[in-house]
Amino acid sequence: MKVRIDPDICQGQGRCFSIAPGLFGFDELGNGVVIGDGTLQADTLALAQLAQANCPEHAIFIEE
Amino acid sequence: MTIKEPVEDFATDWDHTDPRWVRDPYPIWATLRETCPVAHTDRYGGGWFPTTHEMVSSIANDTEHFTSRMVVVTNNKFPPNFIPAPMGGAPPITSDPPFHAIARRLILPAFAPGPVNALEPQIRSLCRKHLDAMAGHEFVDAGTGYAQFIPPGVIAQMLGFPAEDEDIFREIVHFILDLVDLAPEERGEMSEPTLNYFSNQIDDHLANPRDDLTSYLLNVEVGGKKLAREHVTGTIVLILVAGIDTTWSAIGAALWHLAQHPSDLARLVSEPELMPLAVEEFLRFYAPVTMARLVNDDYEFFGCPMKKDDWVLLGFPAANRDPEVFERADTFIIDREVNRHAAFGLGIHRCVGSNLARLELRVALEEFIVRFPTFTLANDADVTWAPGQVRGPRQIPIRVLS
Repeated sequence: MKVRIDPDICQGQGRCFSIAPGLFGFDELGNGVVIGDGTLQADTLALAQLAQANCPEHAIFIEE
Repeated sequence: MTIKEPVEDFATDWDHTDPRWVRDPYPIWATLRETCPVAHTDRYGGGWFPTTHEMVSSIANDTEHFTSRMVVVTNNKFPPNFIPAPMGGAPPITSDPPFHAIARRLILPAFAPGPVNALEPQIRSLCRKHLDAMAGHEFVDAGTGYAQFIPPGVIAQMLGFPAEDEDIFREIVHFILDLVDLAPEERGEMSEPTLNYFSNQIDDHLANPRDDLTSYLLNVEVGGKKLAREHVTGTIVLILVAGIDTTWSAIGAALWHLAQHPSDLARLVSEPELMPLAVEEFLRFYAPVTMARLVNDDYEFFGCPMKKDDWVLLGFPAANRDPEVFERADTFIIDREVNRHAAFGLGIHRCVGSNLARLELRVALEEFIVRFPTFTLANDADVTWAPGQVRGPRQIPIRVLS
């Protein structure tokens, strides 16, 4: 499983990098970015899903 | 200012300055959401108030049918000094695409998490300074003695304005956000001192450039050209107004809540790791900011015949109470884990200062409850609420128990 942020949808609400700072960071404008290639392990999947469930813009995608 | 007719039916005659709405809007919104759900008014030159999260999100993301050129509902839809779209009077909040992205990009870096998080120590010491002044008193005011001081100090420093002008800032905010019932000519006259204040600050920064946001905006170039002075003025007005009343309201509402919910207060004191979740729930439950749009051209929205230049009151706080999106929407749950609230708006106009607002709210609450681990509301009847589109308690008389 991999997590990604759609940069066209992200508005920099900042929820992802607050909830899961190990998975998400931010760029110089404050928009969310995935750290590394976004590959999720069993223990990080739930965290990524929590970030996804809190993104007001629905900009986070978790895919096979 | 004329005395207004009281509202009899919020569905056909809404007024967001009505005393009942100001005091407790949530039951009004819940009824409208269940029965209406888009309210209309002929006041302020005509406008609409959609109450569901779906509608609010749809409008926030629809810059084609709804313009941001005016975002505060007043009787003055077309002021004489009006700056038209795409820039509007206070870019980027009053800007439409494509100009909006240019104006927004200029200020986003200053409000990104890096620079904002660096402000934490000084926000903390600002909070402690005002808590020191309250020490030893049994009865204190968490609004006029605390919440109202935190955001102005931070914003003054970012803009490079004199910290001792705080009272002027609050007057400006009051004029722009609260006095929305003024006749157009009154509003025009009253805007002069405000504009003069900003003009003097800009002149001072031109004569004495320094390392702050004002000097940055005066020097930054877009496409090889410096910004128009009206652009700089508008952005500074925006940062000052949007950066003060909003977070002040959020801090005040959170303290007002804690003063009445001892179990929530006790949990926050004993489980400080809950603070990030609590902050998001305070933002959802007491979201201070309602925005506005104007309808670009005649447009049918969810069956409503909206006319060109009708107001649309964009109720993010109402969206945050929509039971379609939030479980037990009208219940405050301090450790709510899934909380997709829209307190900072949705879409391209997401609050630029959201990282700063969160930081100020968290630090202000942390410091307050460390200093006063138990306190209670002295008298709810003495609590006053700011009217209009930024709603929050102004006087919050509390009794310190420990």
